[in-house]
Amino acid sequence: MSKVIVVTSGKGGVGKTTSAAAIGTALALRGKKTVIIDFDVGLRNLDLIMGCERRVVFDFINVINDGIRLNQALIKDKRVENLSILPTSQTRDKDALSQEGVEKVIDELRKEFDYIICDSPAGIEKGAYMALYHADEAIVVTNPEVSSVRDSDRILGILSSKSKRAEHGDAPVKTHLLLTRYDLDRVQRGEMLKLDDVLEILAIPVLGVIPQCGSVLQASNLGMPVVLDDKSKAGQAYKDAAARLLGEDIELRFVNPEKRGLVDWLFRRSA
Amino acid sequence: MKLSAAEEASKAGGGLPFQIRGSLQTLLSLKILRPDDPAFFTGLVEKVAHAPDFFRNAPIVLDGGAVKAKSPDCLAEIVERLKEHRVVPVGLQNGSAAWNDAAVELGLAIFGAGGASVDDPTVAGRGAAAAKPAPTGRPGRVVREPVRGGQQVVAAEGDLVVMAPVSSGAEVAAAGHIHVYAPLRGRAFAGMNGDEQAMIFCEQLHAELLSIAGIHLVSEEIDPRLLGKRVRVTLVAERLKVEPLP
Repeated sequence: MSKVIVVTSGKGGVGKTTSAAAIGTALALRGKKTVIIDFDVGLRNLDLIMGCERRVVFDFINVINDGIRLNQALIKDKRVENLSILPTSQTRDKDALSQEGVEKVIDELRKEFDYIICDSPAGIEKGAYMALYHADEAIVVTNPEVSSVRDSDRILGILSSKSKRAEHGDAPVKTHLLLTRYDLDRVQRGEMLKLDDVLEILAIPVLGVIPQCGSVLQASNLGMPVVLDDKSKAGQAYKDAAARLLGEDIELRFVNPEKRGLVDWLFRRSA
Repeated sequence: MKLSAAEEASKAGGGLPFQIRGSLQTLLSLKILRPDDPAFFTGLVEKVAHAPDFFRNAPIVLDGGAVKAKSPDCLAEIVERLKEHRVVPVGLQNGSAAWNDAAVELGLAIFGAGGASVDDPTVAGRGAAAAKPAPTGRPGRVVREPVRGGQQVVAAEGDLVVMAPVSSGAEVAAAGHIHVYAPLRGRAFAGMNGDEQAMIFCEQLHAELLSIAGIHLVSEEIDPRLLGKRVRVTLVAERLKVEPLP
């Protein structure tokens, strides 16, 4: 059974595309046939994060509107087997997404892939609705700060009322919290919300906590999903999250302060 | 052939150059209780001056239910004084024939039965709960899922029971009581049809706004010692009273 998973947040800049790329890649590394779709029509980024921007010929919008076959638009990742990317158009806007067109593409992808990851645009406009409409599960990406938590709450409301599952009265969309940019030092200084604070407000199960880590930006700039960087803590945390998505029970890492030696301390000071 | 602008517009709109649609508005109402009280106008002006932004150009419906046995002589002055303070009287409700005539004379609309229920002080005294749509005693609606920011849950009749958190930015409303067996972080409107006996109960008070029968309290005005506590909110003498529950 294939699963459609939307990666969404309401708020912009919290790490949706990075998370969609990382979790999609991690699922493919676990042997699942996975495709990541960029729903951010007009502001496409997924191809950059995945490092396939120079291989885009046709895109999602061409498939919907111009009679291009899905296989012509899907880009197979060169590093990870089982992983494909469906890039979007940079020149069109969200109106190019039609309800029927998106449905047709999703239905076709369901036949071929185990996991269909929909990378949602920010906001609660048409693009975001289209991205979440077909979802079986949702990964709500949240930063540990008040405005992000509030926007995530809003998106959770939309998921429970405007998704296809809600409209058809099926079992509700299964929601997961992915807390990103979690900076333990700042949390301890009280400058950021604690995981528990966020959980208390959103009241959904946690899929993962991704530590604030320089490797994320570096990976983005290289066009490499951060899970392919074995040394990256964020990459490890994303791999854990993907494993939990597959039903494994793994303890959360990077949520409690580690004991630091003097050398560590000096090293961090200079970093 | 060149079409005139009006014809073109009507073509584009397909028919009439306007649309008439029913619409629902929530209006302020001013219940006239003792118009001959010397403090009537000073009190009214004070009320308006207290929240000028709230009242500026706001439409208001006059309610003559409590005074319909009396002569409508004071109506003209009330209308004029309201306009002076940039509040716009738009109509009269619960008036007698004499009051309705006076209102039409002044260019006011007549609101039919409905709206706020009639309070007849000669029968049951002011704030007669018996005349109000009383809660049925059964919950009108039970909600088990969290009410998220941006969502509204309304129990048009009876009580509303919410067994999950109400997020900030969410609104819950009921004709009767509101029970929230979880944190209440959004806005709650009990007795939304004017039932002054309605109450709000919650497990953890973090509400942005509490309202009973249109009388409200914003979170800033809530005693900080009660935040996060199990409380009951009641309407006592036109003010909301928040008390901790044991």
